[in-house]
Amino acid sequence: MSRTAPRYLITGATLPDGTTGDVLIEDGLLAAVGTGLAPEAGADAGPLETIDASGRIVLPGLVDLHTHLREPGREDAETVETGTQAAAMGGFTSVHAMANSTPVADSAGVVEQVWQLGREAGWCDVHPVGAVTVGLGGERLAELGAMAASRAEVRVFSDDGMCVSDPVLMRRALEYVKAFDGVIAQHAQEPRLTEGAQMNEGELSSVLGLAGWPAVAEEAIIARDVLLARHVGSRLHVCHVSTAGSVEIIRWAKERGIEVTAEATPHHLLLTEELVRTYDPVFKVNPPLRREADVMALREGLADGTIDTVGTDHAPHTAETKECEWTVAAMGMTGLETALPVVQHALVDTGLMDWAGVSRILSSTPARIARLSDQGRISAAGVFETGAPANLTIYDPHVTRTVDPATHATRSRNSPYRGMDLPGQVTDVFNHGHPVVRDRALATPRTH
Amino acid sequence: MQAEPRAARTVLSASDIDRALTRIAHEILEANRGPEGIVVLGIPRRGVPLAERIAAKLERIEPGFDASAATGQLDVTLYRDDLRRSTARTPAPTRLPDSGIDGAVVVLVDDVLFSGRTIRAALDALNDVGRPAAVRLAVLVDRGHRELPIRADFVGKNLPTSTAERVQVRLLEIDGPAGTGEVTEDAVAITDITDAAAVTAAGEGTR
Amino acid sequence: MKHLLSTQDLSLADALRILDTAEEMSAVSGREVKKLPALRGRTVVNLFLEDSTRTRISFEAAAKRLSADVINFSGKGSSVSKGESLKDTVQTLEAIGADAIVMRHWGSGAAAQLAGSGWISSSVVNAGDGTHEHPTQALLDALTLRRHLARRNGTGPRGTDLAGMRVVIVGDILHSRVARSNLWLLTTLGAEVTLAAPPTLMPVGVEQWPCRVTYSLDDAIAAGPDAVMMLRVQSERMHEAFFPSAAEYTRSWGLTDDRLALLESAGAPDAVIMHPGPMNRGLEISAAAADSVRNTALEQVANGVSVRMAVLYLVLSGTDHAGTPALVPTARQEA
Repeated sequence: MSRTAPRYLITGATLPDGTTGDVLIEDGLLAAVGTGLAPEAGADAGPLETIDASGRIVLPGLVDLHTHLREPGREDAETVETGTQAAAMGGFTSVHAMANSTPVADSAGVVEQVWQLGREAGWCDVHPVGAVTVGLGGERLAELGAMAASRAEVRVFSDDGMCVSDPVLMRRALEYVKAFDGVIAQHAQEPRLTEGAQMNEGELSSVLGLAGWPAVAEEAIIARDVLLARHVGSRLHVCHVSTAGSVEIIRWAKERGIEVTAEATPHHLLLTEELVRTYDPVFKVNPPLRREADVMALREGLADGTIDTVGTDHAPHTAETKECEWTVAAMGMTGLETALPVVQHALVDTGLMDWAGVSRILSSTPARIARLSDQGRISAAGVFETGAPANLTIYDPHVTRTVDPATHATRSRNSPYRGMDLPGQVTDVFNHGHPVVRDRALATPRTH
Repeated sequence: MQAEPRAARTVLSASDIDRALTRIAHEILEANRGPEGIVVLGIPRRGVPLAERIAAKLERIEPGFDASAATGQLDVTLYRDDLRRSTARTPAPTRLPDSGIDGAVVVLVDDVLFSGRTIRAALDALNDVGRPAAVRLAVLVDRGHRELPIRADFVGKNLPTSTAERVQVRLLEIDGPAGTGEVTEDAVAITDITDAAAVTAAGEGTR
Repeated sequence: MKHLLSTQDLSLADALRILDTAEEMSAVSGREVKKLPALRGRTVVNLFLEDSTRTRISFEAAAKRLSADVINFSGKGSSVSKGESLKDTVQTLEAIGADAIVMRHWGSGAAAQLAGSGWISSSVVNAGDGTHEHPTQALLDALTLRRHLARRNGTGPRGTDLAGMRVVIVGDILHSRVARSNLWLLTTLGAEVTLAAPPTLMPVGVEQWPCRVTYSLDDAIAAGPDAVMMLRVQSERMHEAFFPSAAEYTRSWGLTDDRLALLESAGAPDAVIMHPGPMNRGLEISAAAADSVRNTALEQVANGVSVRMAVLYLVLSGTDHAGTPALVPTARQEA
């Protein structure tokens, strides 16, 4: 039988385990990894394209557990098409679309729609996150089972943007998703302690006259939830951990064998509340930017495994919702296209983590949390699993670029890194063997 | 880039200044036919000590003239026509004699008469604080280059200058150790600044 | 000085310059022709997005005394809810010819944001932003205190600071832009500030501020201050459980008749009572304290016009602002 799909031979690349080698992609699969690969030629074997990747790193395609694609509802800020283009340009081969769209993704119908839009776009796998409660209202459980059984096969459920603050409801949700091996991703924010909150609570918020967002509002919910998870024996995932105290609580829980996983965002690994002094709403985000000590605790938490993954919390917003007074501006920042550079800058260049570690926190661990079988197929030591779907990202860690949001693929421009120099650039991305990014630019979408 | 100013050339010594002020005092009395109704108002900064000196001389010549009761200062900062262009100056106080200036013969005193714009501002300022019977102008130096139809009634020294020159008046009360400087005696000097931009940079205060 | 956004960023030299200029402006208010031509042909817009008749008319009087044209623009609630953004509003005002925008805003940081946004080239004067700052209120309080100190010392106020003066600020520090602006300015001028309030109305991190902190107003008054500044207490704070009841607040933190007597015996002989107004008689201040000769409320109002004249004159004079630090955050990367 003759092959028509092109094959790709990536040569001379640095692999996550630190060795140098070649990678062969055939039939959408990672066919072989080794040195001096010489695939058979001939018409039957199909066309072969060779990519010289010397000096660059081949990573497993990145998996984001926390993406806001805004469609349906706010297509002026982002669509599934533009959001997945941004994801591809950032090296992601799978994103989890948060449920706070309009309408809310709280039914099989909406999650299937988002899943379908993702398939049609073809730039990156899209896995919808289902809402925990109807309309994110925090009052009644959404039809979690229906979403799990839909074609979208939802496994991650979250009211992100809102906290499931009712302890009984949270307990029920944790218990219920055990039926289909789901996970509740909690946005840990005690609502009463954060009414009108605008920034991290501390001396600076007092000076700036902005209502404070105390660390305890996050930590109290995490503490409660890990105890609930232990009590009912369920999996809990904590979204965007932002304080040193939260890291401590999660470390405590893991030491006791509680099934909790946690994510940190790129911006919380790099930026601090000092930026709020400018009152520039591009730095307004939920949870808020914290202090230097929190940034360091999050980096260490990722290095020692207390924090499992980096989730972008990519939150595109239109210019008009950011070009206004701080107190009424929308919360959130874009992040898909800067995530890997920020991780390199904060964790790799600082010596806290090697590229096997990056593969763990940005690919294999989030894939495992979301129960994805086609992503993150790499060992802890950074050795690719052959025969797995070819979801790969080629990354040049040696360039330095000044962030210019105008050049980003996302439809929104609210990047907090504007004007900053960050290292690294994604050069090529293979989604199930199809090159969606080639030579630092979008190529063609994958067709199903 | 500021050009190196050339060495200052002294044109009036301390005794020249004193003689000029004495003459001005006599001329004021002569023109007014006595000290009746005279109020001497200095324009900050260097017009103020000059006004005080003239008033003291008036008192010496005419003991019936009470210098302390007939001397004051008139700040013109907020009446200037160049507020938009020059950087903001902190206004100085205006101090008038207790009897006010209504019906008085006000003698305005300034150090250098140049464009005439300061005096224009002073006339406006005066208008807002009272209605004198007459206003006279006494200056230590008239250096020419008038931009407005204003002339001095009493001039210490007419000093033809080029616009590339800077006239510096140094008075002990302001430029000496009692003030903010280290000058040891009064003087009027001319500095040649060939670079026209440097004149602006030097901030010719009397323009 | 291109803008006046806060007192925290105000240097001692700038503060003294404003106060000294205000002294000369006060002199104008005492004469027959209460007008100066300094801002003839300039346009000052009072953009008040939050109710404040007192501050607005004070700025209006100040601008008019300097011969500026004044346009008043009032709106309530968020500009977003009105459907027009702040950006569009201020660009419209500038197109009408505004040279300076005096802005009262419900949002903390709005003035700083406006000055740093690049939306307009006008000068921005912060007339109170959320719970952040109210710099002209602090400047008028400082002017009042400085005159008071000068009278006591038998000197002129010009060029002097507040070294050695002891000022107690009492009440809702947490939500008070007046307290913040005063704390920064008075300490810059050399005064010692004590904050007295219930712990619930103290800001987080207050222990790092350059002041003493006490929960006992009695102790603060017994220490013999030169001035006691009472802040207005909003009744809704009670419903938000910052304190149990108005009566309990008054008992512990009100300037009652008993505490007025304590101030008269323990305080400086000429200790003054200050209030930014409007006063809640019977809540934070008793009628006797409000009507006391020590109360400088009306002097504060008069000084407010002088200070605002000084500020408008200084921000609108000269186009070369390079020499003075624009009191704007520098981290904005947008043009």
